[in-house]
Amino acid sequence: MKSVSLAKQRLSADPARSRAKGDVIHFEQVSKRYPDSHAGLSEIDLSLRQGEMAFLTGHSGAGKSTLLKLIGLLERPSGGQLRVLGRYLNRLAPRQVAAHRREIGMIFQDNRLLFDRNVFDNVALPLVIRGMAPREIARRVRAALDKTGLLHKERALPVTLSGGEQQRVGIARAVVAKPPLILADEPTGNLDPGLSRDIMALLDEFNQVGVTVLIASHDIELISTLGKRILVLEEGRLVYDTANPEGRHD
Amino acid sequence: MTDPRAWLGGAWRDARQALLRLARAPLATLTTSAVIGITLVLPLALYLVASHLRPLAGGWDEGASLSLFLRDTVADDALPTLRQRLLRLPGVAAVRIIDRAAALAEFRRYSGFGEALKLLPDNPLPAVLVVRPARDSDAQAIERLAARLRALPQVDQVQVDHAWLERLRALQHLLSRATWVLGALLGLAVLLTIGNTVRLEIQHRAEEIRVSKLIGASDGFIRRPFLYAGVWYGLFGAVIAWWLSTISLILIAPPLRELAGLYEYQTQASALSLGEFLALLGIGAALGLLGAWLAVSRHLREIEPD
Ligand SMILES: Nc1ncnc2c1ncn2[C@@H]1O[C@H](COP(=O)(O)OP(=O)(O)OP(=O)(O)O)[C@@H](O)[C@H]1O
Ligand SMILES: [Mg+2]
Repeated sequence: MKSVSLAKQRLSADPARSRAKGDVIHFEQVSKRYPDSHAGLSEIDLSLRQGEMAFLTGHSGAGKSTLLKLIGLLERPSGGQLRVLGRYLNRLAPRQVAAHRREIGMIFQDNRLLFDRNVFDNVALPLVIRGMAPREIARRVRAALDKTGLLHKERALPVTLSGGEQQRVGIARAVVAKPPLILADEPTGNLDPGLSRDIMALLDEFNQVGVTVLIASHDIELISTLGKRILVLEEGRLVYDTANPEGRHD
Repeated sequence: MTDPRAWLGGAWRDARQALLRLARAPLATLTTSAVIGITLVLPLALYLVASHLRPLAGGWDEGASLSLFLRDTVADDALPTLRQRLLRLPGVAAVRIIDRAAALAEFRRYSGFGEALKLLPDNPLPAVLVVRPARDSDAQAIERLAARLRALPQVDQVQVDHAWLERLRALQHLLSRATWVLGALLGLAVLLTIGNTVRLEIQHRAEEIRVSKLIGASDGFIRRPFLYAGVWYGLFGAVIAWWLSTISLILIAPPLRELAGLYEYQTQASALSLGEFLALLGIGAALGLLGAWLAVSRHLREIEPD
């Protein structure tokens, strides 16, 4: 009861945005139904605290990508309450979507690089859309490339890079603006086990400095060795959570 | 961000970037600009011809005159007195006397009836006074003057020679009306041309737009390069139209001068004044911006990240 009234107070102060200290992601009975499809997500309850790192796994079609898309507002929830970075996404106006996405670093299996631009320009994009000064952009891009081990490739076009290098460019682009939350959808999908481990270690490094990280991956073998929280989806339902092994999941 | 100098710097950077992108596909850019230029040049040419005719039809100049055919009863030696009287009337600039002998001589020279006239016992032609109205007279003033002269007892008939002027005015009217109608239609064509080009460019850059939206680019940020591209297309088109119109004007200058000479009017086949040139650039830029804006507001929404 107390938390409800607190939430109401925060709501009245600023309806779309109020940072609940701790919870970066908060799902409450969230459902997603795609039109003309039974599939989607059903009644998801889930919280990620600030600075937490978790893996989201499950069979193909379980709803992993859908869950990440809801967080990044690539899809809208059909029901329930979804709060991310203090924003209540159910009632976020369309014009506020861009600002919301700017606070999330997104990484994709197919990395979504721009293939007519070199590595530097790809990584610079999140800063360019913020209208940052060129000098500051150069400084930050080099820092992100240095961190991902790509400094020597800044003039290269993405097609000339290996799959692992392309994925690291995608990661550099996701972190260059220092977002508080990183979402990664199958970031190691096409990579061999050694490279996959490197990528996960890199994401772990960002988590070490306080960034909240949520990674969808079907590579259970790999993620079970990393000692992080694991969430299991099945048919659109959250059926297992290592942080809450006794929890009622049906 | 609100610092106007920073804003201007950013705007110039965006404009330059849009220009560089156009320069990377010079042939396509030139083709689109040429289409816009050719579309704009027709109303521009009409405007130029109409504005060259305007001074021609504007003043009465030497062209207009009133011929007073006098009654037989007026003797030749009374003509100078009558001329002096007419010169004192308001709105009269000059009066030329063609007495009966002069009229006959002129008639003989031009009609070819010279031999037949010799058979007549008397000169059948009346004396004529040619009255030139004051320069600032308009059509109504001329009509009033004609009515007044017609009332004089010595005057048999008054003939106003300004049919060519009326025709010229009608033509000029038609030209300026046509300029507007054609300008509106072809302006619409320019809008569609630019809108279509920008639409293709949006489709071509769909993945870039999707990724930009994915990482949180605002609608304004995504819109901007296309709007600048539209403005550049409009400006290039305007310059090409100016260039084409100048060439056309050089080609039609000799016959135009001949026409002007016929009406004793001095014309110089000048193209646009600086002000008109700037207005042309402004119209081009505005059409480009509007065309791009229409395309952008229709098609950017269709591209959403998946
Ligand atoms: N845009 C859409 N329209 C209709 N149905 C969709 C849409 N996107 C996903 N789905 C369906 O929703 C279900 C969950 O899809 P989702 O992509 O979230 O699964 P996933 O766990 O990411 O699977 P994978 O491991 O194959 O990536 C699937 O059955 C899919 O067919
Ligand atoms: Mg998926």
